[in-house]
Amino acid sequence: MNTDMELKDVVAQLLAEAKKQGATAAEADVSVVTGLSVTVRMGDVETIEYNKDRGVGLTVYVGDKSGSANTSDFSKRAIKETVIAACGIAKYTQEDSYSGLADAELMAYDYPDLDLHHPWDISPEKAIELSMACEDAARQEDTRITNSEGASISTHEGLRVYGNTHGFIGAYPSSRHGVSCAVIAQSGESMQRDYWYSTARNSDRLDEVEEVGRIAAQRTVARLNARQLTTRQVPVIFSSDVSSSLISSFLGAIRGDSLYRKSSFLLDSLGQAIFPDYFSIREEPHLKGALGSAPFDGEGVRTQSRNYVQAGIVQSYILNAYSARKLAMQNTGNAGGVHNLIVEPGQDDLSVMMQNMGEGLVVTELMGQGVNPVTGDYSRGAAGFWVEQGEIAYPVEEITVAGNLREMFKEIAVVGCDVDVRRNIRVGSLLVNGMTIAGSQ
Amino acid sequence: MTASLDVAKNILLDPGGLTETELESTLGMMLTHTVDSADLYFQISRHESWSLEEGIVKDGRYALDRGVGVRAISGEKTGFAYADEISLATLKEAATSARSIARAGQSNRVKTLRSSPADALYPALDPIGSLSADDKVQLLQAMDAEARRMDPRVSQVMVSLSGVQDIILLAASDGTFAADIRPLVRLSISVVVEHEGRREVGSSGGGGRHDYAFFITAEEQGLSYAREAVRMALVNLDAQPAPAGVMDVVLGPGWPGILLHEAIGHGLEGDFNRKGTSAFSGKLGERVATEQCTVVDDGTLKDKRGSLTIDDEGVASQNTVLIEKGILKAYMHDKLNAKLMGVASTGNGRRESYAHLPMPRMTNTYMLPGQYDPQEIIASIDHGLFAVNFGGGQVDITSGKFVFSASEAYMVEKGKITYPVRGATLIGNGPDVLTRVSMVGNDLALDPGVGTCGKEGQSVPVGVGQPTLRVNQLTIGGTGT
Repeated sequence: MNTDMELKDVVAQLLAEAKKQGATAAEADVSVVTGLSVTVRMGDVETIEYNKDRGVGLTVYVGDKSGSANTSDFSKRAIKETVIAACGIAKYTQEDSYSGLADAELMAYDYPDLDLHHPWDISPEKAIELSMACEDAARQEDTRITNSEGASISTHEGLRVYGNTHGFIGAYPSSRHGVSCAVIAQSGESMQRDYWYSTARNSDRLDEVEEVGRIAAQRTVARLNARQLTTRQVPVIFSSDVSSSLISSFLGAIRGDSLYRKSSFLLDSLGQAIFPDYFSIREEPHLKGALGSAPFDGEGVRTQSRNYVQAGIVQSYILNAYSARKLAMQNTGNAGGVHNLIVEPGQDDLSVMMQNMGEGLVVTELMGQGVNPVTGDYSRGAAGFWVEQGEIAYPVEEITVAGNLREMFKEIAVVGCDVDVRRNIRVGSLLVNGMTIAGSQ
Repeated sequence: MTASLDVAKNILLDPGGLTETELESTLGMMLTHTVDSADLYFQISRHESWSLEEGIVKDGRYALDRGVGVRAISGEKTGFAYADEISLATLKEAATSARSIARAGQSNRVKTLRSSPADALYPALDPIGSLSADDKVQLLQAMDAEARRMDPRVSQVMVSLSGVQDIILLAASDGTFAADIRPLVRLSISVVVEHEGRREVGSSGGGGRHDYAFFITAEEQGLSYAREAVRMALVNLDAQPAPAGVMDVVLGPGWPGILLHEAIGHGLEGDFNRKGTSAFSGKLGERVATEQCTVVDDGTLKDKRGSLTIDDEGVASQNTVLIEKGILKAYMHDKLNAKLMGVASTGNGRRESYAHLPMPRMTNTYMLPGQYDPQEIIASIDHGLFAVNFGGGQVDITSGKFVFSASEAYMVEKGKITYPVRGATLIGNGPDVLTRVSMVGNDLALDPGVGTCGKEGQSVPVGVGQPTLRVNQLTIGGTGT
């Protein structure tokens, strides 16, 4: 693996060459990732994959014009060619006075160590052994588990360096490991697949492989003999498997680029009550060892904690250098996305939420792309469980859940405490009233 | 073909001082383990994109990616490693990693590398150099101007142009030695229209294995996308909420063929069927559609986005009949799954890049035309939905359940199109949906060249198509009544 110093040198060469080629400003991102993934299936090894990826991304500014180029080649010749390509493009793009680096005073000159790098020294043999144990646990969990798509162990570690012509240069290493399992259950004509996984920056924090296998099996078996529902209006619990997708739609709608393009169903939502009054969303980019943590964003801007929603009211948009300038607002350090987004959890777990709901639908899987970001129209394929008298009555599939996101956000009656910490968006199950379900007559 | 091989050798092998001898010895090195087969996949990919918004071309990006992927197969086991630097040293290192899938001990020998010609389905174009940067910018500007000229309610226009030239060369222990030069271009536009506080989107685009000249024709191919996007957005401006429930559906020709791709095609990919994880597993020879339905996967169409002269394992593309008059005839295979199932590869072994493993993937998947006039099909509907265009879709291979979203759809009452609807999602069951096809139109069309298929994290360009179809009793998910 390349060292910190080597990658910083690549960045320095790119920036120096860019200046030489006539750029008035430039920024470069260089990263390397190495890894190993092992998959076993039906008790035998299926694949061993060695990953080794590296990349350079460069953006140059010539006055108010910009151009970008990428390459996987770190040689001196390739660096020069990459700069020439980016500068060549910048000759032809058009003047845009909002373009350019993020403001110098926002740079993360002094950034914290977020404890993101915990390499896992695991041999392919050991990874195979763990994958086998995971799949075995799944296959032995229930006699209706008849087939498998396999179990995998993966480990990746890498180093990212970002620098720009403000003189900022930052680097941080990180790692990510995972165990996953997908199995197939059969009962009569009904065949179902489901999966489970654990992921963490430190392999010590991964769930036991047997536990991952067992949960995968239980989830799969629970789906057998699913039925359709008739078309109706009911409350829907989006379980923590899928609830982050609703929050993700909200984040997309308050992102600067959606707003200045007027391609959002939440235009001018700053200061407006979009969620119920108990609802809060905040970003915590500096959580130690968390999967979404980052000391600086894609433009070198210091990341910081921030409230996006407080008491249901939108407090901030999600902005990078460009969109902040377009909207005449403060850059929020979100070039490249958000880092550890947390929806304030409630008191109830899923079973209490079901009891309080009485009758309705729990959605555990969403399918398709039926979300219109401009209108908020929402209609997605779904699978899950029908709930009667507060208990799961039977699994359901081949239905859609539909509504409009603006109304759905208002109708979030309960936030669960069952937060899925594997995700960058941490939110428990969400109970949304008044959804339309379409199914059989 | 031979010309392609020479070009590919010159670009991919010569700089690292590699010749057939080194490729054979590297393959031989892997076969010192109990490996059934091994292959080396060299690739250089040059990509550019230009994008316009708010009337100006703000961004342009160029990317160069080069590397080699090395695979060793032993029974059902695969070892895989890759390097983004092409030299004998990196090649040997990757080969050593890949062969670790099997124990030491020779069981096979490398066949002498031999190239066998396949007729190129597209010329060895370089899209990036086919138009000056000024002309690319001008094309985007012309698209923007055309969209805004169409209607004063157009408030935002986003246009993007991309071009790729992919050069691949592969050498395999079965003697395969082949190369392909693959151009691909795409032009996309999306518009937002605004009227009395309501906003709607429309989008369009197209492309194929051409250079940029494809868009600047006497027929104004590029500008036609701008007109189509505006038309669609304006239709949606008047749309009412889609109904919820079960009804008869007419699917328009062309891109709605994504239904075949999602609901049927994925379930017929060889890997899922070898493993018995598809809802179509074990159904060869069985009726899975009405007599009117014949579905093919055809990688041999000239210049189409999903076409390949050879697949990523060096097998010439084919026109594979998947379903013939309603009977399931074949699955789509790469070499590995074909071998394990005792059949021949159908030329469907594809990979996103040298850094990804090949697997069975679709090319251009479409249904052959039937006998009905499309007007006759709409006239046959008493109360139903006419879905003209779709956004994306998704399928659960195992349960067979699929879903996709209409981006343009209308209600049909007593044989007449009445009003547009928005937010319509269609869901159903793959093995079942073609048994509900009661009328197949005579108007087969392929999509304009915009499809990208994702599977196990790998994206590849594909084509879809179909004639107008009537499907009885599909579930529509909307919010209206």
